[in-house]
Amino acid sequence: MKIILAFTGIFITFTITGFAQVPSGTDVIKEIDKNLVLDNAISFTTMIIHGRNGSRSIKSKNWIEGKDKAFVEYTDPAREKGKKMLKLGDQLWNYFPEPIDRIITISGHLLRQSVMGSDLSYEDITENRKLMDMYNAKVTGSERINDRNCYVVELTAKREDITYYRRKLWVDKERWIPLKEERYAKSGKPLKRSELLEVFSIENRWYPKRMLHHDLMQNGEGTEYIIESIILHASISESQFTKAALKK
Amino acid sequence: MIKFLLKGLVRDRHRSLFPILIVSFGVLLTTVLYSFINGELNDLIDSNARFDTGHLKIMTRWYNTLASQMPNDLALTGSEKLMLSLRNKYPDYDWTARIKFVGLLDVPDKNGETKAQNPVFGLAVNLFGKNSMEVERLNLGKSLVRGRMPEKPREILISEEFAKRMNTGIGQPITLISTTSSGAMAVQNFIVCGTVKFGVAVMDRGAMITDISDIQFTLEMPDGASEILGLKKNKFYDPAEAEKIKIDFNSAFIHANNQYSPLMVTLEDQNGLGEYLDYINTVGLIIVGIFLVAMSVVLLNTGLMSGIRRYGEVGVRLALGEAKDRIYKSMLYESVLIGFAGSVIGTCFGLAVALYLQEFGIDITETLRSSSIMMSNILRARISVASFYIGFIPGLMATLIGTTFSGIQIFQRQTASLFKELEA
Repeated sequence: MKIILAFTGIFITFTITGFAQVPSGTDVIKEIDKNLVLDNAISFTTMIIHGRNGSRSIKSKNWIEGKDKAFVEYTDPAREKGKKMLKLGDQLWNYFPEPIDRIITISGHLLRQSVMGSDLSYEDITENRKLMDMYNAKVTGSERINDRNCYVVELTAKREDITYYRRKLWVDKERWIPLKEERYAKSGKPLKRSELLEVFSIENRWYPKRMLHHDLMQNGEGTEYIIESIILHASISESQFTKAALKK
Repeated sequence: MIKFLLKGLVRDRHRSLFPILIVSFGVLLTTVLYSFINGELNDLIDSNARFDTGHLKIMTRWYNTLASQMPNDLALTGSEKLMLSLRNKYPDYDWTARIKFVGLLDVPDKNGETKAQNPVFGLAVNLFGKNSMEVERLNLGKSLVRGRMPEKPREILISEEFAKRMNTGIGQPITLISTTSSGAMAVQNFIVCGTVKFGVAVMDRGAMITDISDIQFTLEMPDGASEILGLKKNKFYDPAEAEKIKIDFNSAFIHANNQYSPLMVTLEDQNGLGEYLDYINTVGLIIVGIFLVAMSVVLLNTGLMSGIRRYGEVGVRLALGEAKDRIYKSMLYESVLIGFAGSVIGTCFGLAVALYLQEFGIDITETLRSSSIMMSNILRARISVASFYIGFIPGLMATLIGTTFSGIQIFQRQTASLFKELEA
C-alpha cells in the first residue's frame, strides 16, 4: 500500500511540475500584456527607415493613455517637424503645419497605410490593446532565438475585424517579451515580420528598446524603431488628446 | 448583251431581288464586323499609348520591374538631358516626361478638417510647356466638363465622377497626400480648376492631372520623371520601327550594370499588350474568316438555287436553239451583275453603319465600372481601306462561283430529251 501511495505521489508531483513548465497560451500573453501594455506614458522615439535609396530618421515625442488615446508629435528632421497625429478610439487625425495647415482624418482601411513611408502602419504605431482582448493563444513549441529560450506561441484573432488574423510569436521564457514575430492575413499571407534587437528593464517590466520591422508587402530594407526614453505613469493633461492640441 | 441581261433582271424580280438582298446583307455584316474589330484594336492601342504606354517608353530598369507599384524612388533623374538627346536622335517622335503617382485626395471643410477623402491616381504631365502636345494628346480641352484648364502652378484637373463623389467644385482647395521619392510623406495643397471626363473608366474613377513641375516639387523629384514617353508625331504606331529604335537605344546601355540605367520598351512590351493585341487580332481574323466562309456558303447556295430554279427556262432556251455556252455565259454575267449590285449596296450600308459606330459608338460605361483595362468607355468602329473590300470581294465571288457550278449542268442536258422533260 505504501508503495502504491509513493508511486501515486511521485506521479502527481511530476504531472504538476510538467504542466508548470509549459504554460498555457493564455498565461503567456497575459505575461506579455503585463510588460507591453501601458496605462499612460510619454516616450521619445526614433524611427530609422531603410529605403531603397538610403536611410532617414524621424524623431518624435509620444503620449499614450490606455488603449484608446495616443498623440505623436514629430520633432526632427526639419521637414517633419510640427507634424502631429492624434488617435482617439478608432479615429485618427494628422496635422500638417504651415503652409499646408490642415487636419486630415485617417480612418477605416487608411489606418493600415504606412506612416511616413515606414514599415509601420498607423494601427501598428498607436496600438496599445491587450493581446488577451484580441487573440486566442496556443503554445506550440520551444526554440532558441538570439541565444535565449523562447516559447513559440500562435495567436488567432477572436474577431474578424482584427488586422492581423494570425500572429506567431517567439516569447522569451524569462522576460516574457516577444523576440520575434510574424503577422499574417486571414488568407495565411505573411504581412509583417519584426525582430526585437534590444530590450531594457523599467519598473519591473521588460520593454523593447530597439526593434526592426519589415512590411513584407514592400521591398524596403525595414524600419528600426528605437525607444530613446520612456516615462511610465506620466501625468498627461486631458487637453493633450484633443484636436485643439494638434494646431498648438 | 449587258443591257439585255439588266432588263431581264429588273423585270424578273424572282431572279434578282432575293439574291441581291442576301448578298447585300452578308456584305453589310462583314463590313460592319470587320470595321468594329478594327476600331476596337485601334482604340486599345490609342488609349494605352496616349494615357499610359506611349509608342515607346523609357524607365529605369528597376522601375520597369515594379512599374505597377509606381515606385517613384526608382524614377529617372536628369530627364531633360535625356529628352534632348532623344529629340535629336529620333525626331519623328514626340518625347515627353510624365510622373505617375498614387495617394489620397482630401477635401477640407470650412475649418480645414477632412470633409471627404478618396484614393487617387495622379498623372503629372507637361501642361505649361510651349511646344507640349500633352493637352491635345490627353484630349483635355474637349474632355473638360466644368471649369478651365490649369493656367498656373498648383492648379489641377480631376475627373468629373471623382469630383461628384468627393462633393467638391471648381475653385475648391484640395490636399494631396502621397509619398516622396525618398519614401517620406508628401503633402501639398492644390486648387481644383476644372473637371474632365476622360472616357476611360480607370481614369474616370479617380484621377487627377497636374503639371509635372508641381509634382516634381511635391514629391522631391527635381528633373525627375517616372517615365519618358515617345509618341510618333504622325500618331500611327509602327511596331517594326518601334522595335528597331528600342534595340538601338538599349544597346547603348547593354553593359551598364546599374538598376537605375534607362531602359526603353515598346507599347507591346507593356501590360501584356503584345499578347493581348495578338490575341484580339487573331480572334478578330478568325471571326471575320468564319463569317466570310459562312456568308460565301450561303451566297454559293443562292447561286446554285438560282441555277436549279431556272432549270425549265434553260430547257426552253436550249429547245429554241440557243447555244449551251452562250446560256452559260449569260448566267455568269447575270451572277456578276447580281453580286456586284448586292456587294455595292451591302458595302454602302455597311460603311454607313460603321461610320455611325465610328462617330457615336456604343456606350459601355456601366460594364467597365470596375474594369482596370485602359480602354475607352465607348466602343467604336474604324473604317479603313480594307473596310471597302473586305465584304465586297466575297460578295461578288461567291455568287459567281455558285452560278459557275450550278451552270455546268447546262452542258449535261441532251437536246433529244428536252421535250420529254418539258412535257413532264
